[in-house]
Amino acid sequence: MEKINGVAASKGIAIGKLKLCLNIEDQIAKRQIDDVSAELSRLDKAKDEAVYELNKVYLNALKRVGEAKSMIFQIHIMMLQDDDYFSTIQHIIKEQKVNAEYAVWQTGKQFSNMFANMDDEYMQGRASDVLDISKRLIHRLDSSLANGLDSIDTPSIIGVTDLMPSETVQMDKEMALAFVTKEGSKSSHSAILARTMDIPAVVGLSDKFSKLTNNANIIVDGTLGEIIIEPDEKILAEYQQKKKDYEKYQAELRLLKGTEAITKNGVKLEINANIGNPEDVEMVLENDADGIGLFRSEFLYMNGNSLPSEEEQFVAYKSVLEKMGSKRVIIRTLDLGADKQVPYLNLPHEENPALGYRAIRICLDRKELFVTQLRALYRASTFGKLAIMFPMIISVDEVKQIKSIIEQVKSDLSKEGIAFSSDVEIGIMIETPASVMMSAELAKEVDFFSVGTNDLTQYTLAVDRMNHSISNMFDSRNPAVLRMLEIAAKNAKNAGIWIGICGESAADTSLTDFYVKIGVSELSVTPASVLELKKAVQQVDIK
Amino acid sequence: MKTFQYVVKDEVGLHARPAGLLVKFVNSLNSDVKIEFNSKSVSAKKLFAVMSLGVKHNDKMTFVLDGANEEDDCVKLKEFCEKNV
Repeated sequence: MEKINGVAASKGIAIGKLKLCLNIEDQIAKRQIDDVSAELSRLDKAKDEAVYELNKVYLNALKRVGEAKSMIFQIHIMMLQDDDYFSTIQHIIKEQKVNAEYAVWQTGKQFSNMFANMDDEYMQGRASDVLDISKRLIHRLDSSLANGLDSIDTPSIIGVTDLMPSETVQMDKEMALAFVTKEGSKSSHSAILARTMDIPAVVGLSDKFSKLTNNANIIVDGTLGEIIIEPDEKILAEYQQKKKDYEKYQAELRLLKGTEAITKNGVKLEINANIGNPEDVEMVLENDADGIGLFRSEFLYMNGNSLPSEEEQFVAYKSVLEKMGSKRVIIRTLDLGADKQVPYLNLPHEENPALGYRAIRICLDRKELFVTQLRALYRASTFGKLAIMFPMIISVDEVKQIKSIIEQVKSDLSKEGIAFSSDVEIGIMIETPASVMMSAELAKEVDFFSVGTNDLTQYTLAVDRMNHSISNMFDSRNPAVLRMLEIAAKNAKNAGIWIGICGESAADTSLTDFYVKIGVSELSVTPASVLELKKAVQQVDIK
Repeated sequence: MKTFQYVVKDEVGLHARPAGLLVKFVNSLNSDVKIEFNSKSVSAKKLFAVMSLGVKHNDKMTFVLDGANEEDDCVKLKEFCEKNV
């Protein structure tokens, strides 16, 4: 038994057999060999076995799907027996004195490239057939090599270097009990994918990943970020109980779907979800959120190599608004800079990026970029209930500038005969101490406030959230931070506007009571935390 | 040596299935069979070589047969192509 730690990326417990799914390429070592003729006979034997195996597959398929669809396996057999292919492998073994696995893979790549480079879509598709037969041959040479993700046919814990979106879509989700990965962090693609699919995950194991062997019995605790390899009976029983408790808790939470987040003393809260991609909407609806409290628009800017066009943005916003129907969707305008960089914007290197050229500061400086986004937003506004919010505000003047640009955008759209909604709510993020200090004046200019607790904590406490040596000082429950919240909430109330929280600490159920007390009416969290938070709100009782 | 020209009727061209059938058939003949297309000449007994020609629908290719049975084989091959390629 051995315990290793990684990053807790997606909650839940899984117990099962580990299937390592590694790229064949990562596993094939190039070895120098002395006995060429022994290597060649290994290759011959592997080929005969592979052909025999394929014949069985072919006959099986023939019975099940008929002649036409089984033909592909006949083709595979012919490819395996093809002189050019086979003599290339033999040639590499003889000339370079290398192991057969390596020679097969080199040949497979060479032939598949030949197809991939043909200007015929059908033939390009054959490139994967060549890789397929090469993999089959390699597995006959060394059966200990792990298979790809698509080969999993029993529910297993899946171990991969990193989860690629393209692979995960091909995979049957029922087959994944949990994910463990070598690379990745809490916010990496693999972690987000796992959370969205609600599958436990421990990521970023780095060197410790090599301790995992194919078919090992393991326990994955995605809540604590722990993996136990070959657990003894006592530990196994303990985790079986833990798993049962967790599943029971989840089932209880699901019962809360359709209920409202109302405190015992009758205060109703709006529980929304934060998303970063149009695809995340499924999880928002699945977890019964009241709406979307923060739609980060950065994904549009970070996925490509150039600024997203108005049309591209319009399509993305529209799809989310349509799916959410009458539920409110708050989209935050571009929040790049600081820890989120894109190469094509050519932002200069800064001494203090957190205090630098970022978010609304970029938008008010490079207005063309801001106008494109606002036009896309207003064009999409007729397809649902849109609200727009602006990040990193420090002054009333900024808000006035924003509003005048919005007026210009609206008047241009009217002139062009393009429809937009007349009741789009406008709000600002409260994430700088300056915005809290000026909240009385700012509240008169906008329809709502949304507190970004991560940045507000960083700026209030002067604690860099990226600096590991002071990470223990980064505390969003610090009284100074809470007092900031109180001030903003009071000024929102006085001006008759609503205030919500969309930072990480919105999900902190030890603060739910406090939020209700100061008059916060909206909380926005990751989709998977919505029901848990709803439960917490229902238990609040303020006398 | 016998030669004949043939225009591919299959909609997708000489793709995997007809190429596979063709190669399989040609291997049952005693003659040496080559396909000439687009100033390339390859053995019709090798699948990858045939596929790499990238012969499409309505493309004209030339078969070149060589061997003791070339007369008979030529007739058989023509017949086969009419049915399958």
